[in-house]
Amino acid sequence: MKTEKTVKTIKIDVDKCNGCRACEVVCSAFHAQPRYSSVNPARARIRVIRDPLADIFVPVYAGEYTAAECAGRDRYTIDGKQYEECAFCRSVCPSRDLFKEPDSGLPLKCDMCESDPTLQEPLCVTWCLADALVYEERTALAEKAPAPADVDVGLEALANEHGWAKVLDAVTRMSVKMGRES
Amino acid sequence: MRYAETGFNLEVDLTRGNIERVPTDPRLTELHLGGLGTNARMMWDRVPPETDPFSPQNLLIFGTGLLTGTPAPACNRTIVTTISPQTKLFAFSMMGGFFGPELKHAGYDKIVIRGKSPELVYLWITDGKVEIRPAGHLQGLGTLESAEVIRQELGEPHAAVASIGLAGENKVWFASIEQGRSSASRMGCGAIMGDKNLKAIAVRGSGDLDVARPAEFIRLCNEALKYIEHRNAHPIEGVMPIVAGLGSPQEMAVHDEKWHTENFVWGNARVRRKDFWQPEVAQKWTETMERMRTRLLSCHNCPLKCGAAISVDTRLCSYMMKCFSKLTYTMGAFSDLDFGLRIAQKATEHGVDAFTCPQTMAFAVELYEDGILTDADMPGFPQKSEDRFYWLLDKIVRREGIGDVLADGTYWAGQRIGKGADKYAHNCIRKTEQLPLKLGMLNPIYFLMYCTGEKASITQIEGNFPQAPFETKEESAAFVEDWPHVPDDRYKQWFLEWELRGEKSIPSYPPIDATCEIVNWQEMMHYIDDSIGICAGLSSFPLKPPFHIHNLPELISAGSGLQLDEAALVKLTRRNRNLVRANNLRRGLTRADEKPPEDHWKKRFPELEKKLLDGYYEFKGWNSDGVPTRETLCELGLDYVADDLERRGILKATP
Ligand code: SF4
Ligand code: SF4
Ligand code: SF4
Repeated sequence: MKTEKTVKTIKIDVDKCNGCRACEVVCSAFHAQPRYSSVNPARARIRVIRDPLADIFVPVYAGEYTAAECAGRDRYTIDGKQYEECAFCRSVCPSRDLFKEPDSGLPLKCDMCESDPTLQEPLCVTWCLADALVYEERTALAEKAPAPADVDVGLEALANEHGWAKVLDAVTRMSVKMGRES
Repeated sequence: MRYAETGFNLEVDLTRGNIERVPTDPRLTELHLGGLGTNARMMWDRVPPETDPFSPQNLLIFGTGLLTGTPAPACNRTIVTTISPQTKLFAFSMMGGFFGPELKHAGYDKIVIRGKSPELVYLWITDGKVEIRPAGHLQGLGTLESAEVIRQELGEPHAAVASIGLAGENKVWFASIEQGRSSASRMGCGAIMGDKNLKAIAVRGSGDLDVARPAEFIRLCNEALKYIEHRNAHPIEGVMPIVAGLGSPQEMAVHDEKWHTENFVWGNARVRRKDFWQPEVAQKWTETMERMRTRLLSCHNCPLKCGAAISVDTRLCSYMMKCFSKLTYTMGAFSDLDFGLRIAQKATEHGVDAFTCPQTMAFAVELYEDGILTDADMPGFPQKSEDRFYWLLDKIVRREGIGDVLADGTYWAGQRIGKGADKYAHNCIRKTEQLPLKLGMLNPIYFLMYCTGEKASITQIEGNFPQAPFETKEESAAFVEDWPHVPDDRYKQWFLEWELRGEKSIPSYPPIDATCEIVNWQEMMHYIDDSIGICAGLSSFPLKPPFHIHNLPELISAGSGLQLDEAALVKLTRRNRNLVRANNLRRGLTRADEKPPEDHWKKRFPELEKKLLDGYYEFKGWNSDGVPTRETLCELGLDYVADDLERRGILKATP
């Protein structure tokens, strides 16, 4: 079973980026408290990896926080240009300074400029007159939640393996936690 | 609480290796804004007029504009100020790129360098930390090469680095300070940096920069962006493509060079080549540019793309270029674009001004051809024009042999060489080489701008008023229709009545009073830009820019918290203008220095010219020597300047 949901995408064209940092500027200003009261690219949820003499310009968005760094690293070469280690990764990762509040070290994450009222498009996109960043919304079909019968099957499988007592215990614990969080 | 600025300067005494973080006086911001304004005040207060450019007492100031680093588009300028070795006057050279905003985020509005380091060093500035680091290993390295080494050894790939090359190290009087995407090139600031034994400054910051009234400020920024989009979609009709849009002249994007190559002069600013731009040339040059240009580039937070990364060939490090430096070497050497872009790579690494350097080399070639310089002066001087330019560049940046003489620029080299060589230095104003342009009929607006522009280049005073009338009345009428930028409607009328030929054409039109106002307006816009740090490319330089005299007071106020209306901003700008002038008058500038190159126009009108200059001085509140009157100075709160100028006998005391 599938349902409709909105997928928000920012299309990044690195060939059009020229490293002006307008996206960093406006993102950090938008997220300042109060809004726009200060600017500081180090607090932006988008950073531009730029090496003009090597013709490298990569806008990268802040993604999920991760407690542990990857076991390995990647390093891309595209069209003869060697990109820095982990260049395209969005993670807020212990191995680098990217996407951390300068003073507290707390992770930053792109929230697509969530605000009330909703903006027409994310601000980094609006301020990028080079069109390196283009916003796109599309509807996609997502898996619908499984039917109750399917859940029964799953639980039974768990009970077979661990015994009902343990499964009930876990369900109680989790529902308490969920109640706290919601 | 300080807004838009950090409220701190970094004072570095290189002699003693002393570094201080000094709070600034907010009243100075109220009086002078920042950038050029506060630089001029600091030079006035701290550098007495007897100071030799190469004295340890001379300051080298890197001053960000008041709004530099705020979200306002193109607010990225750093104004470099010192005493110029070439003119011996107050120098200010602006650089864009990324340096200024980094400095603000690192916590400083200005870096003020004094003294001389005993050995070659560089400065590393980052949040809460400043280090003077040895730079012996960078000696002789190019500007970009050293920047790269510094970034690597600091482990800071995104640090902004301003550096000098061999030319600066050897105190070539037209050495530049290069910063990758931009440079402070005019008037030899790089020589002063070299004299202080400072190879580079690297800076990276991650501190907040606050604005006073956020909602209002961002609204003005968004309006500016909207207007930029509108202007990008609607280039001005009836003017050359390179100046039809915003930004600096779009030399990196536009291939058609008919106008420059046929109207500007080649060699030592002499030869006009009227039918130069033939289809074969156009095709070859276009091919060169497309092969070497890897990408068009912006400065910090600017939607324009005036610069380009140029890759000469894969073996050589590429470099960044903008504007007319594209053609100065090519035209100086009577060569082609391929040569021009190749030698510019070397010249950028050595760090020299792209106007003065090729002009000086062409000057040397001419002296050699005319037998004033000989093989005895220039042993091994090659035959081919291109080889000669490489040869001369190398001698100049090393100050070897004849290079030591040429390294002072054409004016001083002409004096030193003698034998009539001074006549060959024909394209200078105030001892600084100008754009290679020789025209027919005197233009009164340009006459006054050339005479009184205390910056080195015409491009730093001209701008918002069209350079010439349009072909037809209809075009002019269409142009003034959406022209809210003018101070008032009289400017539109002057433009509407201006004609290419006939009674209302140059030299007698615009009339003197209108000419004074037009020149004053254009100059004022540049002085505002240089104090707040907006690039001229979005304000004082192009036609119909997003920022102008009617919206800048609000932008400055919302950003900085100052309460400025239009009248207050005009007055403040006059204060800065007069203070720059006072610095120069105190250093010996006189009316006699205020003249364009003699051969700039074929048709000259001494009587009219005198009237124009008299009229403009009077308009400015200056006496007939070009010295601001006591009344003018006191009205601007510059009583201390009036006292000083009187004490020195520069201003006659009024009874
Ligand atoms: S605003 Fe656009 S062009 Fe500028 S750095 Fe960001 S992505 Fe690149
Ligand atoms: S979408 Fe919004 S939050 Fe995300 S990087 Fe762009 S400006 Fe920042
Ligand atoms: S207008 Fe051009 S030179 Fe000026 S800041 Fe923008 S890109 Fe730089």
